[in-house]
Amino acid sequence: MRNALDLAWPEGGLTRVPYPVYSRADVYAEERARIFMGPVWNFLCLEAELPQPGDYRASFVGDVPVVVARDLDGSLSAFENRCAHRGALLCLKRAGHGREISCVYHNWTYDLHGNLTGVTFERGIARKGGMPPEFKREQHNLRRLRVESFAGIVFGSFSAEPPPVDRYLGPEIAQRIRRVMRKEMKVLGYNSQILPNNWKIYVENNKDSYHASLLHAFFTTFRMNRLSQQGGIIVDESGGHHVSYSMRATDRPSAEYDGTALRAKREDYRLADPSMLEGVDEFGDGITLQILTVFPAFIVQQIQNSLAVRQIVPRGVGETELLWTYLGYEDDDAAMLMRRQKQSNLVGPGGYISMEDGAVGGFIQRALAGAEEQSSIVQMGGNEVCSQDTRATETAVRGFWQVYRRLMGV
Amino acid sequence: MGSEIEIQFAVERLLARYVASLDEDRLEEWPGYFTEECRYQIISAENYEQHLPIGVFFADSRGMLSDRVSALRQANVYEAQRYRHIVSSTLILGEEDGVVRAQSNYLVLRIMHDGATAIFSSGRYLDRVSFRGKGPLFVEKLVVFDSRRVDTLLAIPL
Repeated sequence: MRNALDLAWPEGGLTRVPYPVYSRADVYAEERARIFMGPVWNFLCLEAELPQPGDYRASFVGDVPVVVARDLDGSLSAFENRCAHRGALLCLKRAGHGREISCVYHNWTYDLHGNLTGVTFERGIARKGGMPPEFKREQHNLRRLRVESFAGIVFGSFSAEPPPVDRYLGPEIAQRIRRVMRKEMKVLGYNSQILPNNWKIYVENNKDSYHASLLHAFFTTFRMNRLSQQGGIIVDESGGHHVSYSMRATDRPSAEYDGTALRAKREDYRLADPSMLEGVDEFGDGITLQILTVFPAFIVQQIQNSLAVRQIVPRGVGETELLWTYLGYEDDDAAMLMRRQKQSNLVGPGGYISMEDGAVGGFIQRALAGAEEQSSIVQMGGNEVCSQDTRATETAVRGFWQVYRRLMGV
Repeated sequence: MGSEIEIQFAVERLLARYVASLDEDRLEEWPGYFTEECRYQIISAENYEQHLPIGVFFADSRGMLSDRVSALRQANVYEAQRYRHIVSSTLILGEEDGVVRAQSNYLVLRIMHDGATAIFSSGRYLDRVSFRGKGPLFVEKLVVFDSRRVDTLLAIPL
């Protein structure tokens, strides 16, 4: 099959992914236009990060710089972080507060909806110079995004197409986000991890429940996550969003784990101080692990009592910035805060689990040379995209490619 | 305790031994530079300055430090790498009940198994060093790194 991108997709439907999607600059540019700026909802920030009217933050939609703000009337807005005049970044810091935002270059000024409110020396100096009369400020407002808050998460879209966020997510994914973001959230920390790989490799990694107990010895050894535990995968109707969950207490003896030589299984391995693994069932449903992805590049994580959201920011075809925001609830007591702090050792750039996801994407990226005519295999759990009551499956990875191919026209 | 010069010397020697153990891959010695009850954290300057509690790694016992080492040795997957620490400008900030507060600058180069060498981390050590008992030992060591970005992964402690 050929298309405008001249990207050949191999036979095998959603079970094959051609390697050039991770290495071609033209594919990367198309993804910006057709996916991130296309009919999707992108994570912008959390409402908890914009508590006061006048608060604003710099964020990204794909790699496109945007500003998200809470206006003086309390409403949320988002617009491109690029001055209409000469294209300079407006918001240089991560966060700010004020009634307006000015460009440092020529002092053009915008309100918190991105409307151009001031052009310095618009009438010139001493009646000389200045803008000609046909220049109309109102024709140069910043390009705005649709903005919607869902469960304390601020989403933005450059497109008029996607339905409201809860319908975009579908009922099951929406319910699983609300499960984590169930009351007033509090940011407990940030980290940025530079992944040496294409952004889609990290998305796939999160949708791939098959690898978790094979790559991550911590999950398997301490029975935090085995495929022999009760759990499953829910894929929404579009295929683009997923949630994978498991219940630690339901682990049962399994011939597949007990009878297989797994690098990640170390029966003799113990912790000197196991306090890190002492979680409590704060949700009351026995689910000890829930990884949820929203198409295209947003993740909500619950691993025991470690809560976080992860924003995936492409930084070029072979580099990705992963922005971690660790969360708790406003009403956490000291003991819960300590649990979250200790369990954060599992995730993030230095986490016992997540450090390995930081490494493995690079292993794929570095092996791409020579694979131009080849494709990877995504066939565990069948050829389809559907919810399954097993996690020995790649159904959610296929779901990603189903939406990707539709939007990219490949 | 001792004179100002003796304390300065003792803290600098502790730091020198600490980084030599890390750089020479004697990670098993690393927890031994801390008291049994201790606090060790790697955290970005951004989080530290905003008083946010979560960073890259946190431990509140020597056991948790040993667990980091055993995980790196036995459990975790990461590519072979070494660090080279450069520690300088150690300032003694104060002393109370036999515990000295000190701060130092550090720079860590990361040398990958294929030879690629890069500045991996720069920042400050904010230390509380106990001179009681068997001291000097770290009661608390905050590794406050300047950049908010961590390249690929952080495996070996800083």
